[in-house]
Amino acid sequence: MLDPTTLSKTPTVPASRVDLAVVGDLVPEGARLLDVGCGDGTLLEWLEAAKHIDGRGIELSQKGVNAGVARGLSVIQGDADTDLATYPDAGFDLVILSQTLQATNRPRDVLEELLRIGRRAIVSIPNFGHWRIRLQFMLWGRMPVTEDLPWSWYDTPNIHFCTIRDFVELVKEIDADIVEAFALDARGRKLSFKAPWWFWNLFGEQGVFVLEKRRR
Amino acid sequence: MDPTETNLRDAASADHRRRQADEPSSRVARFGPDVPLTLDGGITLSPWQIAYETYGTLNAEKSNAVLVCHALTGDQYAASTNPLTGKPGWWELVVGPGKPIDTDRFFVIATNVLGGCMGTTGPASTNPETGKAWGLDLPVITIADMVRAQAALIDHLGIPDLFLVAGGSMGGMQVLQWASAYGSRVFAAAPIATAASHSAQNIAFYEVGRQAVMADPDWREGRYLDHGVQPRKGLAVARMAAHITYMSEVSLHQKFGRRLQNRDTLGYGFDGDFQIESYLRHQGSSFVDRFDANSYLYVSRAMDYFDLAADHGGILAKAFEGTRTRFCVMSFTTDWAFPTRDSRVIVHALAAAGAKVSFAEIESDRGHDAFLLDEPEMHAILSGFIDAAARARGLER
Repeated sequence: MLDPTTLSKTPTVPASRVDLAVVGDLVPEGARLLDVGCGDGTLLEWLEAAKHIDGRGIELSQKGVNAGVARGLSVIQGDADTDLATYPDAGFDLVILSQTLQATNRPRDVLEELLRIGRRAIVSIPNFGHWRIRLQFMLWGRMPVTEDLPWSWYDTPNIHFCTIRDFVELVKEIDADIVEAFALDARGRKLSFKAPWWFWNLFGEQGVFVLEKRRR
Repeated sequence: MDPTETNLRDAASADHRRRQADEPSSRVARFGPDVPLTLDGGITLSPWQIAYETYGTLNAEKSNAVLVCHALTGDQYAASTNPLTGKPGWWELVVGPGKPIDTDRFFVIATNVLGGCMGTTGPASTNPETGKAWGLDLPVITIADMVRAQAALIDHLGIPDLFLVAGGSMGGMQVLQWASAYGSRVFAAAPIATAASHSAQNIAFYEVGRQAVMADPDWREGRYLDHGVQPRKGLAVARMAAHITYMSEVSLHQKFGRRLQNRDTLGYGFDGDFQIESYLRHQGSSFVDRFDANSYLYVSRAMDYFDLAADHGGILAKAFEGTRTRFCVMSFTTDWAFPTRDSRVIVHALAAAGAKVSFAEIESDRGHDAFLLDEPEMHAILSGFIDAAARARGLER
C-alpha cells in the first residue's frame, strides 16, 4: 500500500550516494524488488517513493534493521550467505546487491542465488582494479586503504575483493548474461562513455552490472 | 503452616478465584445459544463468555483497534492492575499512553483466553448443566478456539477489522492464528518470541508440569474445587519447571549464581540453601494463589497442539497465502524456549508467501521473558513498525 505522506515528500538521494540514483535508473516502475544488504533502507525508501516498487530488504546490522522498520520498510535481519536459500524461485522481478558481494563468504553462491530468486539482479562492486588501488599496492606493497574502502586488512568486512574484470569472468562462469554494465567514478557518477573493460577496470571506482540468467 | 490454616487459605483463595472465573472484575461478554462456539475438538460450547479489558478510545471509523494476546499464565489485565495480585498489568511497558502500543492513539482490547481462569469460560467456570465447575468436563481447547472466541468478541463490539494484533509466546501463536484465519481483518501483526508450532522440548516441559499437577493428591481427578482444596504443590512444581525455561542460563548465573539464601554456610539439608531455590519456590507458591490448576492443563495443552503448518498440508507458507497483513517478527538471542530458529521459520514462510515482513533478533540475556521486560531495542522496533503501519493505514497522530 502506498503511503501518501512519503509520496508528498519524495526523499532526495544524498549527494554522497549518487550511486543510489544510478541504481534507481535501472529499476522499472512498480517492480517487486529485494535489496540484499539494504543498510538503513535509504535506497528502498527512495525507490518506494520514486518508482512505487513493492520492496523488501535483508540487513545484517541491528541498527540498519531498526532504521528500516522505523521507515515502514519490510526488513529482515539476516545475511546474504545463509538467508537467500529460503526464498522461492523467481519471487522477485529484481534483486539488488549493492556493495555487498565482497563481504560475503561465498560470492559465487550468492550470485547464483540472486539470479534464482530474481528475474534480474543488479550488482555493484567496489573495483579493486582501480588505478589508485593498484598504485598503492605497487608503491608501498601494503594492502590498499582508500577513502571508500577505509579498513585495514585485519578488520575489514570485505573478505572477497575482486576487480571489474574478475567479476565479468565470474558472470561467464555461472552462465549469466550482462544485460547492462557501467563504471562509476569516485563521486559515483557514470563514466560518461562506452569503453573497453580494461579502461573501466583501471578508472572505475565501482562497477554496476545488470545480470540475467542465460536462457537455454 | 498447620493443615487447618492451609485449608482455610485454600478455601479463601479458591473462593476468590472461583468468583473471578464467573464474575470477573473486568468487562465480560456473555454469549447465549444464538452465538455458540464450535471448537476444534468437534464440540459446541454454549453458553460461553469472554472477559476483556479495553484501554483508549475507538475512533469514529473504527480503524484504530488493537488486540493484545497474552501468554500461558497471562490475563486480560495487560495494562491495568490485576485484581488477584494487585500488581501492574503484564505488558504495561508496551501498552499505555506514549508507549509503543499507544493508548492515546489506539483502542486496545485484551482478553482472557478460552480455557483461562480470569473470567473467560474455562475449567474453573461454572458448568451451567451441573452448577459445579467444569473441571475436566470442559472440552480440550486449541489456539484456534481461543482466536475464534476473540473474533466473536470483536464482532460483538462491532469492530470490522483490527489495526494490529500483538503478543508474545502463546500470545504470538494467537497472532499467527489471527493472521492466518482472519488475514483480511488484520492490518498489522507482531508475533514476538513465538513459534508456528510448539517444540518437542516445550511439550516435554509442560508434560512435566501437568504430571506434577495430576500427581498431587489434592487434584482429586480434577474435581478439587468441589472439595474446597487445590493441588498447590503440584501446580507450584509445574510453574517452577516452566519458569526455568523462561530464563536464560546467563541470567540465572547473574541473578543468583551459587549464592546462599539467608545463610552463610551450606545447611546440609533440603531446606533450600540457594537463592535460586528460594526464588523458584516463591514463583511457584505465588502462582498458585492466582491461577487455576486445571486451566494450566488446558492452556498448556492448547500450546502443545498448535501446529500451523500441519493445519495447511505441512507447508507453513500456505497458512499465509495471499496475505496483505504487514508483519513484525522478533526473537531474543538467549531465548531457548522459543529460539530465534522458530521465528526464522515463520519469517521464511511469510517471505515465501510474499508477505511484507520485518524481522529482528534482539540482543538480550534475559531469555524468553525478555518480551515482558524493559527491552529498549524491542520497544524501539515495535514503535517504528506500529508508527509506519499507522501512517499506511491513514491513522494520523
